Amino acid sequence: MSKENELLKVPHKILEETYKAGMEADEKDRSGTFYHVDQSTIYSKVNELFQGKIEIMDTKAALQKYSWLGDYMWKLVDKNKDEFTRRVAEDWSGGYFMRIMPGAEITFPLQSCLLITQKNLEQRVHNIILAEEGSKAHIITSCVQHSSVPKASHLGVSEIYVKKGATLNFTMVHQWSENTFVRPRSAAEIGDRAAFVSNYVCMNPVKDVQMYPAAFCNGTDSTVSFNSILYGKRNSLLDIGSKAVLTGKGSKAEMISRAIAREGSKMIIRGLIEGSSADCRGHLECRGLLIDEEAFLQSIPELIARKKGVEITHEAAVGKISEKEITYLMTRKLSRDQAVSLIIRGFMDVSILGLPEALNAEIKRIVEASAEAS
Amino acid sequence: MNILAVKGLSVKVEGKLILKDITFSLKSQENHILFGPNGSGKTTLISALMGLPSYEVVSGKIFFMDTDITNKSVEERAQLGMVVSFQNPPEITGVKLADLLKLCLGKSPVEGFSGEEKALIDAFRLTEFLDRDINVGFSGGERKRSEILQLIFLKPKLLLLDEPDSGVDVESLRLIAGEIQRYVEHSGSSALIITHKGDIMDYVKAKYGCILLNGQFHCFTHPARIYEDIKKLGYEECVACRVRTTEGWKFEQGK
Repeated sequence: MSKENELLKVPHKILEETYKAGMEADEKDRSGTFYHVDQSTIYSKVNELFQGKIEIMDTKAALQKYSWLGDYMWKLVDKNKDEFTRRVAEDWSGGYFMRIMPGAEITFPLQSCLLITQKNLEQRVHNIILAEEGSKAHIITSCVQHSSVPKASHLGVSEIYVKKGATLNFTMVHQWSENTFVRPRSAAEIGDRAAFVSNYVCMNPVKDVQMYPAAFCNGTDSTVSFNSILYGKRNSLLDIGSKAVLTGKGSKAEMISRAIAREGSKMIIRGLIEGSSADCRGHLECRGLLIDEEAFLQSIPELIARKKGVEITHEAAVGKISEKEITYLMTRKLSRDQAVSLIIRGFMDVSILGLPEALNAEIKRIVEASAEAS
Repeated sequence: MNILAVKGLSVKVEGKLILKDITFSLKSQENHILFGPNGSGKTTLISALMGLPSYEVVSGKIFFMDTDITNKSVEERAQLGMVVSFQNPPEITGVKLADLLKLCLGKSPVEGFSGEEKALIDAFRLTEFLDRDINVGFSGGERKRSEILQLIFLKPKLLLLDEPDSGVDVESLRLIAGEIQRYVEHSGSSALIITHKGDIMDYVKAKYGCILLNGQFHCFTHPARIYEDIKKLGYEECVACRVRTTEGWKFEQGK
């Protein structure tokens, strides 16, 4: 379902904003590309090098193609979880369906973009990712509201299946606007010896985001990592959590968050690790920096043990930027502003995301651009 | 010629008077050794000279190359050519040693190191630390080596070194002290080195030494003599003789 001409109809200045959020214009460095603009999927294409190894298409089209896909819909996310899931269930405009074929190793990242260009739109999508047995892939998904749009909302349901022996690194970059209301509802199921890395990067102001993706580590030796780099500014409200349920034997969860709050933003960073098998392990780390006193930062870690031998730990630290660190850097000829900016950039260390070289450079550029603009 | 002159300096830390009316000067192109027991105010002295916050100058003046820097910021002092090594440098998450070394050299993050710079990083045995977060998980010796290398890369005119020899093994001491000596000699700069031990004098050539005790300076003379007397008599006895307060360095200052 390749609709190249449709993509050409999107004004260049709108596409440019998606490039700033991680989309790559030159598709030769990507294994596949997907664009859902407002209420329709306008582009989905697999790089010919990866034909037969991956599939990318609109979820509605995929449902027509595969009768079995219905079994994966609303299985991990409860349709009646809240008003937002109910609204998506009632009426939705599609979303991305990505499938990495069994044993396929996808060396270039898959990219997808969910874009809002119409004002007052409530974009409702339902995404499904199937990482088949033994597959390996990186996905980057950029969610963008064009800067000219005064007000909009995005409701997105995502269900991700990482099957036996598969490895999936999923990175979501949010680049909404100061008037976007955002409610992602995501969950993942991780099979035997499978690994799922879920990265979330939000560097731009947003009106209100609340999300609490869940990972169910049902498989033996399954692992999940949730990493987030969050920069709250200009009255953004970010309530960001993640939940890992460890039921598989030897399953592991790790959560790392770096949050910076300033300019009246309010940030709540939650994390819950529930150990339900005797030899599971979990660690949660949250570090928050408060740049000024108009902002608010709260860390809420929750650890639950249901079996003997569960080992789950956490460390959390929130506070003002360290004067000692600033002074130290000033003795190295930096001005105070340069020192603060270096500490902020270092604090939002993208190496926690475990990305391949190409994506690492891309995400680093996004993070540093926002840190510079502060 | 003096590179630094301190006149009647009194410094408070958290409301407590630590340095009391200190007057001394540091010579151009010379190393100076400052001895003193724990808690005598040595770290306060170099912190106040560098202008670090929470060291409050209540009276007196500091002149660096004849410029009054008493009210200048840390950054301004660094720009003028003063640098300080920290005994306990902070760990800064995500800021790599390589980034900091490039900043010290005045390079942008994307620039590489020159062959000469690489050789020096290697000599300091820090090559494999370049991609590590600054001071995170560094041993005592690694921190010292990283501190001194940063200072040398800053190309300063005056190095204020807070116990560069504490907690380092013999080999690292020889390396650190040897490189300090080499830098001072080649660049024509000066250093003020705080130490508890005399070992560093095996590698650093210094004619000027003194003692800081209870917030005041004593015994301006050759550091080897001071060290011998401290070992024999202890600090209190050593300064009690008062003989050397009119000798050498002090005498020159009086002029």
